[in-house]
Amino acid sequence: MADFNLTALVPEIILLVMGCAVLLADAMLKEAQRAWVERLSQFSVLLVFGALVWQAGGPAQTAFGGTFVVDALSAVLKMASTIALFIALVYSRRYNIERPVPRGEFQVIALFALLGQMVMMSAANMLVMYLGLELMSLSLYALAAMRRDDRAASEAAMKYFVLGALASGFMLYGMSMLYGASGSLDLSDISLVSRAEQDKTFLVFGLVFIVGGLAFKFGAVPFHMWVPDVYQGTPTGATLLIATGPKLASFAMAYRLLVEGLPGVVVDWQHMMLILAGLSLAFGNLIAIAQTNLKRMLAYSGIAQVGFVLLGLIAGMVDGSFQLAPLAYGSSMFYIMTYVITTLGTFGLIALMARSGFECEAIDDLKGLHKRSPWMALVMLLLMFSLAGIPPTVGFYAKLIVLEAVIVSGHLWIAVFAVMMSLIGAFYYLRIVKTMYFDAPSDISTPEPAADGRFMLGLNGIAVVVLGLLPGPLLTLCVEAIQLSMVVR
Amino acid sequence: MESHLLLTAAIWVPIAFGLVLLAFGNDRSPGIVRGIALVGAVIGFLVTLPVIIQFDSSTAEMQFVEKRIWIDLLDAYYHLGVDGLSVWFIVLTAFITVIVVIAGWEVIEENVAAYMASFLILSGLMIGVFTALDGLLFYVFFEATLIPMYVIIGVWGGPRRVYAAFKFFLYTLAGSLLTLVALIYLYLSAGSFQITDWHALPLSMQEQVLIFLALFAAFAVKVPMWPVHTWLPDAHVEAPTGGSVVLAAIMLKLGAYGFLRFSLPIAPDASQELGWLVIGLSLTAVVYIGLVALVQSDMKKLVAYSSIAHMGFVTLGFFMFNQLGMQGAIIQMISHGFISGAMFLCIGVLYDRMHSREIASYGGVVNTMPKFAAFFLFFSMANAGLPATSGFVGEFMVLLGAVSFNPWTAFAAAVTLILGAAYSLWMYKRVVFGPIANEDVAKLKDINAREFVILALLALLTLWMGFQPKPFTDVTEVSVSALLEHVSVSKIK
Repeated sequence: MADFNLTALVPEIILLVMGCAVLLADAMLKEAQRAWVERLSQFSVLLVFGALVWQAGGPAQTAFGGTFVVDALSAVLKMASTIALFIALVYSRRYNIERPVPRGEFQVIALFALLGQMVMMSAANMLVMYLGLELMSLSLYALAAMRRDDRAASEAAMKYFVLGALASGFMLYGMSMLYGASGSLDLSDISLVSRAEQDKTFLVFGLVFIVGGLAFKFGAVPFHMWVPDVYQGTPTGATLLIATGPKLASFAMAYRLLVEGLPGVVVDWQHMMLILAGLSLAFGNLIAIAQTNLKRMLAYSGIAQVGFVLLGLIAGMVDGSFQLAPLAYGSSMFYIMTYVITTLGTFGLIALMARSGFECEAIDDLKGLHKRSPWMALVMLLLMFSLAGIPPTVGFYAKLIVLEAVIVSGHLWIAVFAVMMSLIGAFYYLRIVKTMYFDAPSDISTPEPAADGRFMLGLNGIAVVVLGLLPGPLLTLCVEAIQLSMVVR
Repeated sequence: MESHLLLTAAIWVPIAFGLVLLAFGNDRSPGIVRGIALVGAVIGFLVTLPVIIQFDSSTAEMQFVEKRIWIDLLDAYYHLGVDGLSVWFIVLTAFITVIVVIAGWEVIEENVAAYMASFLILSGLMIGVFTALDGLLFYVFFEATLIPMYVIIGVWGGPRRVYAAFKFFLYTLAGSLLTLVALIYLYLSAGSFQITDWHALPLSMQEQVLIFLALFAAFAVKVPMWPVHTWLPDAHVEAPTGGSVVLAAIMLKLGAYGFLRFSLPIAPDASQELGWLVIGLSLTAVVYIGLVALVQSDMKKLVAYSSIAHMGFVTLGFFMFNQLGMQGAIIQMISHGFISGAMFLCIGVLYDRMHSREIASYGGVVNTMPKFAAFFLFFSMANAGLPATSGFVGEFMVLLGAVSFNPWTAFAAAVTLILGAAYSLWMYKRVVFGPIANEDVAKLKDINAREFVILALLALLTLWMGFQPKPFTDVTEVSVSALLEHVSVSKIK
């Protein structure tokens, strides 16, 4: 292999080595010194981030004979995912201490999940993609199952595993179809075949399974049934990891497989995405209204939000031209980034509010939070308005830019539909604000989260507003990342 | 890029004070919190004074313009400026904020910092709406005002505050989301978010009609026009006094201003074409809502309905497309800001003492509160459009405009003079005159110095505007005629 190019993998190698180091440290250290494991793992994440920044300065490159690419898209998504993991680790630290969770293993598995995500983001070959996907998924199944004496958590983990395995099976089946049609596992070869003038029935047949698998990983209707159960059942520390980074990886996977691998059948998958998006927007928003469990409600809200992400994917190709693609896919990417930022905050708040023996899970647990902890209530208010898409929070621009992409691609009425659905969505976000601000507190205890979590939550709230006032840089970053990686191809 | 910092200061000074209060204020030292809030509101008001003093009323050009790149990918600018249509509203907003801060002085005892902060932030955002010359910036401010108002109604409101807050929020959001789609469409057609570019953008009739209707959805809800007005009585009744004052005095004007800045100049042909619709709805508001106001048993609800009727006069004035009507409508907007604000303050004075808004719980208030009764009479008269008060000027101008537009329209609109007098004065009679109705009324104390000051200020302004409307008509004249000229030219390609 001439094209081995290990420098392209420096961040991944660092992460792998550090993951092993954390595992060893966890085995050596005594229970009292467990905090060092957490510090070491947080340090590792920062180290990986540093390596990513260093790498982003260089040119786009490939490794392992072109099966692994490092381009602008992977760089941006990897950085986002690394930051997301760091924030999630900060939020979940105290939460894990107070519960019978093996804290060391939690850190190791989280790091390996990140490794899986990073591999997915860089994959230019279906085998590499699947490898990353499984590394991530298996780590997440294990995370979900971490509290094995807890019935809800075990049930959630079982569902997650069985349905996840099914989806991976879908994906693998689709990939084997594509392989059969093209004779190659490399996405660039598949792309050539998909664009050739020939009968594409076989490709589209495989595509259906690929899209099914993707929709499962995104949690889009009708492949969404696992989302509420898993979000609700898993310990919040693990939900933080399941609900954030993997969404970024799913976006990367969708982009690599569909846009880079199957541009020839774009019309087919745009139609599928349209149906998935429409259903997700409608069902996610409507069912969320009926929820009384906070985590479950956020799960359905997440399903609805994914609908918007998928809307961006339908707008890339208009009349056979990919001219608008950077804007469309960039808008999806921006949307998913802002979703991750807000979701980190909401689940982070739930983790911070929880105490030993008390999970802040029911919406009613937030009653009168405004009186008990004005600062946390204010942050949650901002997060809710961001999810609802009300300016001046970042969520507004995410909706704006996706709607713009949808309208420019000629789907005016779909935009109107999406807007109406988000009006329905506003209701249940407002209800959270109502619970925190208008209701009298039912328990008068003041939540006292750990200082680092508090600080991070504050940053999170500020980020939602600052990005809301000045969304330009992040927006440009997303669109340019797509633009650059499309040029390379 | 030009950079005049006055408008930026007018927007961000109150917001900055509000944020400081949110961050550091607590309920242990409400005195300091109130002091800081008052300082913030007064500085915010003083900053707006140079804008009106240095305003050049001989031109329809934008003044005090500030323009910086904001989101380069979307070609959106932080672009502020005022013309004759908007300049008075900036001063009015800042002034009403001062009044509201003083009005909430002793009345609000819980979460004082959050209360004051909400109003200060709201004030900055509303000034932002009146000054934004970039469509996206306008929308951001327009929508952002929902958040503080939602919190104000929900936290410090009456018994059905949750219902009212949700209704307020969802109604307004429903309208403005359609507007968002229209704004994106305009952006894509014009390639920019600049409102002035949109004014010049040629559009086909069908496009204009759709855009007009999408904009109409937001602005009609906000004004509010019949039949999408039902959120307003609920919001007014449940909101705390300060919330009602801001809602009536300024927030309703955001919608009317939207017609002037967006609907008319962007879709002039559709506006002419659909003018009958708006005029019909406005006359319905004037006549039917006037009758509805007559039968209310709740004082706040009565004034809320009278607001809807008065705002019907405003939209009527806009869509007759003549100088008198439009200028009169703008005068009516400013005057209604003073009078409706004062009416809600008067009701607040009674409510603080009796904790009832029912007309039936009162009677003979004049015996125990003579000073208050005088103010209340004055504002009720002004609400009915008594000459020499500002209420008369606007209504009279709109009526004159209506006569030249269509005598029957004028006839229907003139009904307001009868109805307005009927519901205002009949309520006044039942609340204030007659023998003392019960023991609670007998124990009432007359207004204190704080209440006297704010009511006197508003009374003076109402009188000043009634005797001397020239400063207001002068400022609006050139901009209104420029707008009418623009509207009279077809934009169809």
